[in-house]
Amino acid sequence: MNFDFSDDQKQLRDQARKFLAEKCSPKAVRVVLDGKAPYDKDLWKGLAEMGFLGVAIPEEFGGAGAGHLELCVIAEEMGRANAPVPFSSTVYLAAEALLIAGGDAQKKKWLPAIASGEAIGTLALFEGKGNPAPKNVKLTAANGVLNGVKKPVADGAIADFAVVAARTGSSGRDSDVSLFLVDLKAGGIEVKSLTNLDPTRGQAEITFKDVKAEPLGAAGEGWSILTQVLDRAAVLCAFEQVGGSDRALEMGRDYALDRIAFGRQIGSFQAIKHMLADMYVSATLARSNSYYGAWALSTNAGELPEAAAAARISATQAFQHCAKNNIQVHGGMGFTWEFDCHMYYRRANAMALGLGSLSYWEDQLIDRMRKKNAA
Amino acid sequence: MNFDDTPQEAEFRATARAWIGANAPKQYEDELRKSSLGRTALKNANILDVAKAWQKKKADAGWACLHWPKEYGGRGSSPIERVIWQQEEGPFGQLSRMFIIGHGMCGPTMMAFAREEHKRAYLPPLASGEKVWCQLFSEPAGGSDVAGLRTRAEKDGDDWVINGQKIWTSGAHYSDYGILLTRTDPTVPKHKGLTMFFLDMKSPGVEVRPIKQASGASDFNEVYFTNVRIPDHQRLGEVGDGWNVSLTTLMNERSAIGAAVSTGFPELFEYCASLMLDDGPAIEDRAVRSKLANWAAKASGLKYTSMRAISALSKGERPGPENSIGKLVAGSMIQDVATYALDLQGASGVVSGEEAELAGRFQAMLLRAPGTRVEGGTDEIMRNIIAERVLGLPGDIRVDKDVPFNKIPTKGRG
Ligand SMILES: Cc1cc2nc3c(=O)[nH]c(=O)nc-3n(C[C@H](O)[C@H](O)[C@H](O)COP(=O)(O)OP(=O)(O)OC[C@H]3O[C@@H](n4cnc5c(N)ncnc54)[C@H](O)[C@@H]3O)c2cc1C
Repeated sequence: MNFDFSDDQKQLRDQARKFLAEKCSPKAVRVVLDGKAPYDKDLWKGLAEMGFLGVAIPEEFGGAGAGHLELCVIAEEMGRANAPVPFSSTVYLAAEALLIAGGDAQKKKWLPAIASGEAIGTLALFEGKGNPAPKNVKLTAANGVLNGVKKPVADGAIADFAVVAARTGSSGRDSDVSLFLVDLKAGGIEVKSLTNLDPTRGQAEITFKDVKAEPLGAAGEGWSILTQVLDRAAVLCAFEQVGGSDRALEMGRDYALDRIAFGRQIGSFQAIKHMLADMYVSATLARSNSYYGAWALSTNAGELPEAAAAARISATQAFQHCAKNNIQVHGGMGFTWEFDCHMYYRRANAMALGLGSLSYWEDQLIDRMRKKNAA
Repeated sequence: MNFDDTPQEAEFRATARAWIGANAPKQYEDELRKSSLGRTALKNANILDVAKAWQKKKADAGWACLHWPKEYGGRGSSPIERVIWQQEEGPFGQLSRMFIIGHGMCGPTMMAFAREEHKRAYLPPLASGEKVWCQLFSEPAGGSDVAGLRTRAEKDGDDWVINGQKIWTSGAHYSDYGILLTRTDPTVPKHKGLTMFFLDMKSPGVEVRPIKQASGASDFNEVYFTNVRIPDHQRLGEVGDGWNVSLTTLMNERSAIGAAVSTGFPELFEYCASLMLDDGPAIEDRAVRSKLANWAAKASGLKYTSMRAISALSKGERPGPENSIGKLVAGSMIQDVATYALDLQGASGVVSGEEAELAGRFQAMLLRAPGTRVEGGTDEIMRNIIAERVLGLPGDIRVDKDVPFNKIPTKGRG
């Protein structure tokens, strides 16, 4: 047994951390936060040049072919830096959907474009309220033509293409859903930006009116593919959340050492020490669950569904917990726009919803544990 | 990153499994499997006898205290092998709870500080369970503040003469030996005047009085010392260096890796899978599922945290203060889990013992759990350790730090 990243992977992490510290300072993040740009284009380009966008994409499709453990390592750093780029929608969702279900031509068209930073992709799944479920997919596909509205779509306003979940049957079963690949620059598509909890990662409403689309994967397989994509993304997002948790903890710790009140460092007050200790605990539990998820993801183990749900729950809670208490440690300063605390608070709470809410994943975890126990 | 056994590990596992299959006391397997924190007693046998017999059998075949060196009664195994053993030993591992203090704390302290001839004489019978050890640290005036203890040791020729009182000493009533922290110099600040010894619990002047615990059981004791003589060669470490020696013990205590503290979660999950509520199966209930999922993620987080620690250990890294989180998380979790299980039972949850649902398993857990949050360092002390030693925050203000021990006030009020 060796339950840790390898030295090479750790080196990659250091490299990514250094790169992001330089190219993705809080100041750079603020350009997007303040609405001056929809995402950080320079950073996106730089990430492509470093090979980070295609790290888990096979070489034959223009990627580095390193693997998913490497992607986990980079995801953690993206979360730590709060990077304002469409990394999760493009790399975890769109690219993973293509890798799982794409035909050769589809892979050849889009994967190299993702790896090189030329194409931004996303997953168009949600349609208003509700969690991921076949019955909540209302957008229809008939004869390869889509009609309906997706909302919210992460990075929808800047994406070049989308993987779209559509209803192709009325049997009331999972097999009613199929996936389609849509070039968002095609006609019949209307995109509207939505304000959202975390402006560093945009959300959009996309309306499809008689839009021609090509199937992704077999008809009726959509839900099963989506489940796999969401599980994989759950692990990768968990690493972002772990990175964010660690950064929030670090910010809180540093402030506690700097700030003096009642003639003492506030970090010498036990209430503050214990709050930070609890942040460390939740971040550590999340990290350990995420490592297990990373192992399951990288080996395509049968444990992945359960591991992904546990990592998702643990990392969501940890990031929310660390981000909110980081503000508390900072006092009034923490509640100002000037300080960076709210960026992590926003990201933590937006990420908690992105792949389906906590209660959705709680449900998934229990179902999966029961299935395993029954087996 | 992988969980697969190496060929050597696989071979070790197979050998261990075969040996356990052929030798374990199977007649107790079911009872041990169903026992959880708070209830390890066996119905028709004395648990100490059963535990000692199993430990002796393991020792004779070379399976006791796997990570200890062979010459002291161990097997010289790697940390991973120790974990594999624990996995394979399964419910029979519950029996080694009787020896946790001896194997986890006293043994390692002896190994680090005792003379070679003492190690060879005392460690093998400790490993084999023939002799049981206890840890005599806590006192009425020194629990969290261990260094506030008052038991005196005064030099008299080649002996030390001990007078004072210990408290909360687990297993003292059936222990043969103990490690003992004493004050040898009350005129210097508290951490500087301590000295550690080991002693024979049957020495004249040692009196053990069991204490009845909140749970109703009597696992711990008061121990009184009246002119007890300990030869100087049973001193562990230098005179006045007892604090450092005790830190070794406490570090070992907190990082007793793999000896993962129960969370109560597997029991709760199993229970909910079969429990019928008024509106249907508990596991179908939204609120129940949410609770279970949150605890499931915590329990797996703890499990994989300890696996990360074991991995680090097997690469030669030393276990650090970050291992404090296991007990911190599990302690309050088991308390919450037990409370919740009883909530699901409704009014009938109040009934405990054999008449109760699952023979009172969760009731026993509830009553034992508060002790877990106190023993081996309270939740607050664990948080202090994480804050100070892991995160680098300032130590608590210690008003008594530089004050000679005999000048420190002894009463909180008035
Ligand atoms: C089941 C059980 C078994 C035990 N077995 C043994 C044994 O075998 N050998 C042995 O030597 N001891 C043993 N103990 C004793 C145990 O180590 C002590 O009870 C424990 O360290 C707490 O000390 P105390 O009881 O004096 O509580 P106190 O130290 O009086 O603590 C009272 C409260 O004050 C808080 N507190 C104290 N100091 C601080 C601080 N600095 N910051 C914040 N809060 C603080 C504590 O967290 C607690 O909430 C056992 C205890 C239990 C419950």
